[in-house]
Amino acid sequence: MTDLNIYITEEKIDPEGTGALDGEQVAVKDNLCVEGVETTCGSKILRGYKPPYNATVVDRLLSEGATITGKTNMDEFAMGTTTETSHYGATKNPVDTERVPGGSSGGSAAAVASGDVNLALGSDTGGSVRCPASFCGVYGLKPTYGLVSRYGLIAYANSLEQVGPIADSVEGIAELLTVISGSDEKDHTTVETERTDYTQFCENPESYHVGIPGELIDNADEDVKDCFWSAMGELESEGFTYEKIEMPSVEKAVEAYYVIAMSEASSNLARFDGVRYGHRSDDGEDWNENFSATRGEAFGDEVKKRIMLGTYATSEGYKDDYYDKAQSVRRQIRSEFNEKFNQYDLIATPTMPVKPFKIGDSLDDPMKMYLADANTTPINLSNIPAMSVPTGKSDNLPVGMQLIAPSFSEPMLIKAGMVAQQTL
Amino acid sequence: MTDESNRVSEEDVQHIADLARVTLEDDEIEEYISQMDDVLDRFETLDEVDVTAEDNDQLENIVRPDVIDESLSQEEALSNAEKTKDGYFEGPSTN
Repeated sequence: MTDLNIYITEEKIDPEGTGALDGEQVAVKDNLCVEGVETTCGSKILRGYKPPYNATVVDRLLSEGATITGKTNMDEFAMGTTTETSHYGATKNPVDTERVPGGSSGGSAAAVASGDVNLALGSDTGGSVRCPASFCGVYGLKPTYGLVSRYGLIAYANSLEQVGPIADSVEGIAELLTVISGSDEKDHTTVETERTDYTQFCENPESYHVGIPGELIDNADEDVKDCFWSAMGELESEGFTYEKIEMPSVEKAVEAYYVIAMSEASSNLARFDGVRYGHRSDDGEDWNENFSATRGEAFGDEVKKRIMLGTYATSEGYKDDYYDKAQSVRRQIRSEFNEKFNQYDLIATPTMPVKPFKIGDSLDDPMKMYLADANTTPINLSNIPAMSVPTGKSDNLPVGMQLIAPSFSEPMLIKAGMVAQQTL
Repeated sequence: MTDESNRVSEEDVQHIADLARVTLEDDEIEEYISQMDDVLDRFETLDEVDVTAEDNDQLENIVRPDVIDESLSQEEALSNAEKTKDGYFEGPSTN
């Protein structure tokens, strides 16, 4: 079998308790801290870093009986749509090894798609769970902001990201979500809720009234559109109803997303200076020169670019033009979703407007790669949940459908996902 | 090299790199001038969105009592540092 380069560190971590995940093997993205196990975030700057603590979601996996199989490959600091920006080399898509698995949680999705595990954790800042789930033909959920603890998730853009499950079935998604969700005193953005057993919703598949934003389907490749409409047709025969709708502001979601994500990243990644952890340069006469040399040597190209753009967008004289405007657009997008949810139970789009790229095809043109996130970024900007479900293949390449629900309506996504799983 | 149509000049890129504490090689500076320009052009199109939504987020601050809780030991906190001295992180020299 071809080496798919799924893991950065393949190391078995034994469970610390018994419970809902007894006997399950779970692959974990390399931006989630596991005590004493190398956690690189796909970057050279964290090579050799062994966190002295577990992420809350990792604690919960282990105490519920799961075995962790290792730390999966990812775009450096989760900045990418293909897993090619990893310092540790690209991961191959198990469905077609000349293609990317999507990103940034490409290793986790490939681990599930290859059959190595049934369950994996990724993180989703602008589509990083849903994109690779779609490209690899598996299920992936981006939970409502505040449902899952981010403690021990190495931050890229805090206001947008959530840890999310990737699995080979909707039941697997529900099982993992049950374990990782719930408030955490170590992450004050988590919402106080009763612990919910999401697996109960798998027993009640349900069909819904769905809105389909024209803006997020007209941008897709023809064969992706064909796949999407034929899947909608099949769901219709199971009782789903749908209408095309207009959501004008989502067309600028990619731009708003990148301004906000890069701005947050430029601040978050300031901590990597080589003093407390990670790579440290021998060059530089003083603190500033040494920090700059450390970061210049050990951050990859895409990370430097995003830090630069984020620094620019938040700097004196430009903040009003970029960051503040992006925040207003974010508010507008969120309000358009809320308004649509008065008329529709769910909203659906193709998860990705394109099929998996060939390895090496997208790296030269950052804007081309960013635009592939057109359908996933509006969700993070709106703090709402969305799940990618496989709809089948076009030219032997997987195409995913994204189901979007109002905040904390994960049960609806699971019920709708069950219909999709049984039908598509 | 840079020309009039560029939003960012070589000096701008160097200035931003200084602010961001990232040393760039000459070829990186060259590449970033044009790529940052492309991206910033796209960012400008945020102006096209008709923003009518009001800022009505009902968010509240969540704080915890300021009491000493369990934390990492000094040894654990220092365990990933390349240079330490007498139980402290050792920074670069200050001349």
